[in-house]
Amino acid sequence: MDSMRFDRQGRRLPKAIKILIAGGFGAGKTTMVGAVSETKPLRTEEILTDKGVRVDDIAGVEGKTTTTVAMDFGRITIKDQFMLYLFGTPGQERFWFMWDEVAIGSLGAVVLADTRRLADCFPAVDYFERRNIPFIVAVNCFEGAKQYELEEVEAALNLGSKVPVMLCDARVRESGKKVLIALVQHAMESRKVGASV
Amino acid sequence: MTSPGEPPGEEFPGTEAGEDSIAGRPAEPPAGGVDDEERWLDDQAGPLVRPYVMTSGRMQPVRGKFDLVTMVEATGLPASPELGLGPEHQAVVRLCEQVLSVAEIAGHLKLPTVTVRVLLGDLLDKGLITVQDPQTDTDFMTDEQMYRAVIDGLHAL
Repeated sequence: MDSMRFDRQGRRLPKAIKILIAGGFGAGKTTMVGAVSETKPLRTEEILTDKGVRVDDIAGVEGKTTTTVAMDFGRITIKDQFMLYLFGTPGQERFWFMWDEVAIGSLGAVVLADTRRLADCFPAVDYFERRNIPFIVAVNCFEGAKQYELEEVEAALNLGSKVPVMLCDARVRESGKKVLIALVQHAMESRKVGASV
Repeated sequence: MTSPGEPPGEEFPGTEAGEDSIAGRPAEPPAGGVDDEERWLDDQAGPLVRPYVMTSGRMQPVRGKFDLVTMVEATGLPASPELGLGPEHQAVVRLCEQVLSVAEIAGHLKLPTVTVRVLLGDLLDKGLITVQDPQTDTDFMTDEQMYRAVIDGLHAL
């Protein structure tokens, strides 16, 4: 192995943990990453190759000026012991090859939902369900959007009782923190139960 | 040095002036003030050329495999000129004076992660960085203490 577990001062290097922030376009992914990150969110770019994308999948991208796809991410240091990396994954299904890289070995995912376009989050829900990745749904309460009762949203999502659904405001740090705590709690319980999430 | 207006055709067989139609572009008269980079990097070429040049066209690191959240730190060995490293390598070494993830290095340098991985492979090979792979094994993900520590840490923010 090439890996070294200690830094130059002999301290242990922090262990990195990945969390995905998913959801439809405009659901508030980047906003939430920015609200909870301790650093200014950064952007990582992946080059689109035909390896991961079927030809018909990039049909809509050909007019774009770049052939890269971007992912915004932020970081939270936990007691110098862990580094939580929050990746706001690109919403469109054609970028799922990028999700795979973040999702493999991740702690879990937050699916952000917008009640004005609830169906936009269904592909993300499917994605995590199929891969047994623990996730919670956070309903971003946009100003001006009709406020729904949590039960109404839960019923519309048809998730089953195991997946927590909560309301949040993606712009507010405290709200984002609560969402992350709920996710980690849910992930802990899911993994304890075993492979059947 | 290529003077402005002179086609840099020699290095790129098949892209000489007059073959513009082959590249799918309408033949345009060369504009006097346009520099070479602008003339040869059009929308189709996108931003790809520079990153691949930095890695001499390589897609895979010579050593190591780098997840987005593999943690990297410079070892403190000097990146001496005889190692034959480029300015991008040097920039990575400088950034990694503090522990950073592969994704952060890419973000700071505004380079695609595929490029950064190749650069990091070179640096690992020369002993200029150390890496810590992410804890993705099952033991870690079923470690209740890890979850509790993260939950406590988030509460304390």
